[in-house]
Amino acid sequence: MSGMARPKGTLSTLYAGNRHVFRLVAVILAWMVFMALTRFEKFYTLINFQTMASQFPEFGLMALGVMLCMVTGGIDLSTVGIANLAAILTAFFLKAVALPDGGLPAYAIPAAFALAMAVGAVLGVFNGLLVSKVRIPPILATLGASELFTGVAIVLTNGNAVSKLPIGYATAINSKVLGNLIPVQLIVFTAVALVIWFLLNRTTYGVKIYLLGTNATAARFSGLSNDRLLVKTYMLSGICAALGGMIMLANYNSARANYGSVYVLQCILIVVLGGVSPAGGKGRISGVVLAIFLLRLLETGINRFPQISSYYISLIWGGVLLLVMVLDYFSDYSAGRRLKRRPAAPAP
Amino acid sequence: MRQWLRRLTRRNEPYIFLVLLALCLLIEVRSGQFFTANNLVDIASAMVVPGLFALGIYMVIVSGGIDVSFPALASLTSYATTKYLLDAGYTGGIWLPMAMSLVMGAALGAVNGVFIGFFGLPAMIVTLGTSSVFKGLMQGALNSVQLAVIPEGMRQFGTDALFVATNPVSGLSSRMPVSFLIFAAVVLLVFFLMRYTYFGRGIYAMGGNEVSAHRAGFHTRRTKFFLYVIVGMIASAAGLIRTCMMQQNHPTNMLGMEMNIIAGVVLGGTAITGGAGSVTGCMLGTLLIVIVENSMILIGIPTVWKSVFVGALIVIGTGVSAMQVVRANRLAANRNLTQEAAKA
Repeated sequence: MSGMARPKGTLSTLYAGNRHVFRLVAVILAWMVFMALTRFEKFYTLINFQTMASQFPEFGLMALGVMLCMVTGGIDLSTVGIANLAAILTAFFLKAVALPDGGLPAYAIPAAFALAMAVGAVLGVFNGLLVSKVRIPPILATLGASELFTGVAIVLTNGNAVSKLPIGYATAINSKVLGNLIPVQLIVFTAVALVIWFLLNRTTYGVKIYLLGTNATAARFSGLSNDRLLVKTYMLSGICAALGGMIMLANYNSARANYGSVYVLQCILIVVLGGVSPAGGKGRISGVVLAIFLLRLLETGINRFPQISSYYISLIWGGVLLLVMVLDYFSDYSAGRRLKRRPAAPAP
Repeated sequence: MRQWLRRLTRRNEPYIFLVLLALCLLIEVRSGQFFTANNLVDIASAMVVPGLFALGIYMVIVSGGIDVSFPALASLTSYATTKYLLDAGYTGGIWLPMAMSLVMGAALGAVNGVFIGFFGLPAMIVTLGTSSVFKGLMQGALNSVQLAVIPEGMRQFGTDALFVATNPVSGLSSRMPVSFLIFAAVVLLVFFLMRYTYFGRGIYAMGGNEVSAHRAGFHTRRTKFFLYVIVGMIASAAGLIRTCMMQQNHPTNMLGMEMNIIAGVVLGGTAITGGAGSVTGCMLGTLLIVIVENSMILIGIPTVWKSVFVGALIVIGTGVSAMQVVRANRLAANRNLTQEAAKA
């Protein structure tokens, strides 16, 4: 019958459900092809990809946390603050347990990770309580908290870098496993991404936070404890951020209160680019992970063109973000028009 | 009288005023240096640039939006103006640079305005994106470097003083900059605009409920567009004034200011969700942040503690006002319930 919606093929339903993911894959492929045509021998080297894989987990881990908060309709601007504070405390810990000959006892690295995650969890719970119990809008609560955490980090270190760490930690994290191929940082990132994928897609927690982000009132009337969910979410974000801090600690082999300050906005950019709606309730981890890859590939790729100032990267990021949003606007707009044109379903 | 008092306690401004007063007295008691002529003039001149930024962001937040691009916008316009005029060997007064900055500020603000007003995209994300673009334009396309000299007219404007206040004890003197007049004029202008014009009332209505505002006959798209244009102009003026007052242009040192300015505005009682707030509160909140940032040394607190204090201030300040909103909602809900009960 004319006027009825045509039954769609599986491919097009797949496309409709993952439009954002497909678009990101297309952009990544286009960029890879472009790099292959222009700078093949400089870009497609094993070492280049290994370097990228050891760098992106720094902000990638933070972005995963921000994503969780954004799914609930909130945001986390304190990720970098948490990361630095956790890294600084861990650095103190590592220096304290170091053996006289400069080595580390066997328990030190797992203990350091446990410590950082605990610090991240506590700071995240602090954020969560501010958002849920005190009801400060998330953007302000985490902004204030970020300033506070950074402040504590500055006071602890007097604003200086904590360096001269026992060498064992940086070598352990900077080593490569599986036949000297895969950087440890990538393993950490993959593990966390899988845990979050599992939480979002295979547990009730995931379903609950999507509902919370879509409609907080509906969630409350469905019997969800919104406050507890929010505290949990910000705690997870805090843990992710602290792990990001651990990677920074290894990559720079030092910790400082102002490391990575550009990552705050960069994380939000990544998460939005990955198709998470700032209004909450929407977003997939695959999109966010792809957005993380895309940004790293873009940045590394541009660095292969010495005649282009690296400052153009921020221009490109901003441009890409705006472009993606405008594209979404027009595709949503046409989807809305299609929906309107379709005749109402007959009443049963 | 009782009603007036009760209404007053529901607002944020009296609280923030009391906190401000307490802080000033504390600093005075600890140092004896706060209520001296030169310190007050110093604070007034330190207030000019954050105050201008705050006025712009206040209007945006009342409309239900947010703007994190203003430091990048101000840096770009002030750098472009200074650089162009230096290269052209400009020797005239402040008017041409100011006009150039305002035009550029309006154009860049219009970019925000198109995305936010006409496409209806979320303001936070758009301004994040444009902020990145503006920064990229400045550092990439204009290849920005620190400019140690600025055109003579601008230098003159930055050093001219309305009056000079001297501290009789320490012998230190401070100049009240001419730009304070511009600041005062913009305060009055924004006050008038927000209170007595159709445009301003539209901003409040939109912040309360955008759909209702549109149904009630406000041109919400157009209002938003012009709002961001005006905010761009205010920010660019602030950027130029900062360059003049510092006697040099340091392209990146305004970046990162946005969060403290927003915090000040919200501390002053502007609802982050939009629809409520006053110029008075906005100025008090900004003054609080400026005093905390400038006067820590006077109380003898080492500067490393600055972030801790600003952060605590934001958390506690926004926490108190958030609790107030929750309490007010609960009261209103109770009142409705009792009315329903009375009817039944």
